[in-house]
Amino acid sequence: MASLIAGGVDCDVHPAVPHLTSLLPYLNDYWRDQVTTRGMVDLVSQSYPQNSPIVARPDWRPESGKPGESLDDMRRHVLDPFQLSYAICNPLYGVQMVFSEDLQAAFCRALNDWLVKEWLDRDKRLRGSIVIPTQSVEKAVAEIERCAQDKRFVQVLMLVMGDTPLGKRALWPIYEAAERLELPVGVHAGSAYHNPPTAVGWGSYHIEDYVGQAQAFQTQLTSLIVEGVFAKYPRLKMVMLESGVSWISPYLWRLHKFWRGVRMETPWVDRAPLDIVRSNIRFSLQPFDAPPDEATLIRLFDHMQSDELVLFSTDYPHWQFEGQDALPEGLTPDLVRKIMIENPHATYPRLK
Amino acid sequence: MNIQFRESQEAASPLTVKTAIADCDIHPARATRTELYPYLAKRWQHHLEVYGVHAYQGMTEGPPYPKAQPNASRRDAYPPEGGPQGSSLSFMQKQLLDPNNVQLGVLNPLNTGQGIRNHELSAALCSAINDWQIDKWTSKDKRLKASIVVGNEDGLSAAAEIRERAGDKNFVQVLLLSRNVEPLGQRRYWPIYQAAEEAGLPVGVHAFGFGGNPITPSGWPSYYIEEMVGHSQCQQSALASLVLEGVFERFPKLKMVMIEAGFGWAPSLAWRLDKTWQRLRSEVPHVKRPPSEYIREQVWWTTQPMEDPERREDLFDVINWIGWDRLLFATDYPHWDYDEPSRVLPAGVSEVNREAFYLGNARALYGIG
Repeated sequence: MASLIAGGVDCDVHPAVPHLTSLLPYLNDYWRDQVTTRGMVDLVSQSYPQNSPIVARPDWRPESGKPGESLDDMRRHVLDPFQLSYAICNPLYGVQMVFSEDLQAAFCRALNDWLVKEWLDRDKRLRGSIVIPTQSVEKAVAEIERCAQDKRFVQVLMLVMGDTPLGKRALWPIYEAAERLELPVGVHAGSAYHNPPTAVGWGSYHIEDYVGQAQAFQTQLTSLIVEGVFAKYPRLKMVMLESGVSWISPYLWRLHKFWRGVRMETPWVDRAPLDIVRSNIRFSLQPFDAPPDEATLIRLFDHMQSDELVLFSTDYPHWQFEGQDALPEGLTPDLVRKIMIENPHATYPRLK
Repeated sequence: MNIQFRESQEAASPLTVKTAIADCDIHPARATRTELYPYLAKRWQHHLEVYGVHAYQGMTEGPPYPKAQPNASRRDAYPPEGGPQGSSLSFMQKQLLDPNNVQLGVLNPLNTGQGIRNHELSAALCSAINDWQIDKWTSKDKRLKASIVVGNEDGLSAAAEIRERAGDKNFVQVLLLSRNVEPLGQRRYWPIYQAAEEAGLPVGVHAFGFGGNPITPSGWPSYYIEEMVGHSQCQQSALASLVLEGVFERFPKLKMVMIEAGFGWAPSLAWRLDKTWQRLRSEVPHVKRPPSEYIREQVWWTTQPMEDPERREDLFDVINWIGWDRLLFATDYPHWDYDEPSRVLPAGVSEVNREAFYLGNARALYGIG
């Protein structure tokens, strides 16, 4: 494995909400009463069933409670041993599955406040992502503006599978706010399950949902690019989180070919898709979905024709690698420095 | 781009001897709206006139995402005698088969009986299109071979149609479309695989169709280009389902062909399946080997539309990862994104690989001399 360097930025760690009741102190009286009198249950998404092997590395799985719910564990497992300068917290608590925009907005607000109090306030290496209630774009923008006052929030977080393709114009006020406030939009694996998790309906298995995340990212990139999000918001950065990376180049070769063929359909796309991705889109490193051999890795990175696309991540506590082997074999020291330090800082202007 | 290709073809002397090729994705069309009626019972003729086909989509005519040109086809492919592109055998011979020295042409009729909610009508239309393929095409030009079109959402009637046609040398594969009501590994489709395996016929899965699901896992996109690019994601989901439901394990002689959805995604999908299977295999104990092994042994890809890297030789890495023995050249005639055989491969391919790519793999897979 390539050698880690100190001072890196881990762009994808997952602090877990222990239970819905953990958010009660952050809800107002009305919502606290709703949660308790209606017997609302813990919001654990099928994207990440708690006991699934992929959801926690065996040596990172606590004896009790949810993987990722303890700050001490996170320090012991990643922050200290990887000698990180920063780790960006992307809570995967299943608030996106809620359909009511009011309830979702209350949960998102509580989740963001919980993150500040329980995590960001307790370790100065931690940074946060703003989870937004996408059932209402207006409420989502309000939540972004509220949280952005705290500079420790460094990005907006959305799921890769939601109600509509992410390029849809109705969502653009979110992107306007993100660009204005220097917040990249992180798009994380996972579904709100408001649509079937594949283009051909509902598969049978958890493994199918997980493999399928990569296809979801591909369709979202197409949507974001062809709807013209980056023509309208050229300074907006988007980060594909837990997306996989080995599909990027072949996918772009296909998109680029069709764009050349039918670009008259979307004349507002003012640059080639390949160029848009190189300037505006980034990808987190783990899960690194290529075989563990150096020759393949070298070809994959060469196909990208850019050393700026990939950002370091451990995906803690998910089980993507063993020991300290977060960096796949074959990365040069220069590329390690780009991935671990320079690319994250270039992507997240609030990291300081 | 198609106009340029036409010019290049016309510039070539008809006497130029070109290396023989297989074209594994040709789309024959009906010249008239009622061309299938002679193959349909009166009941269904009447049904079509009154109710139409009632597909898994809203439009009674044509696709919900308007194509970029009429019938998604080359503007130079209208036959001189009239009718839509791809509807004339003599013009197909003149424009495609003769100048390119196509030795084997595999017909994949679209807009047939697939993706239709009335499964009885679906079966009747599929049977009709299969008769029509023989009468209008394969019996008149021995280079052409047909695909058994089957009612994709009703596994039992589809299997019956396959058994009916099994052994008929006019047919070289079973045809499914990629967009179905459920992922293709689901049990409702197993009778199709069983019958195809028994008949010794590969099952082709062609991009497109209608299954009622949005083409993204986040709902319906806005544009034709999103649907076009999305076919490759759709195909990946279908293939993942086939692997993870254990279809290849249960039908070890089954051969699947991924048609017109690109192939650049194949290595990445196989790697991702392998990596995830290492973690989650206890959920799918019926998947006994790493997913990439089933894919390497039982899946083929047609080439068109070839992914188009900025540095064209980058494609060789992907082909090497897939295997040169697994690609089947296709033009997609008469559609607009036709791949021109003489231009599709970058320079630097060995003679052995070139022959396999253009002809040998198809002959071996489809059992043609």
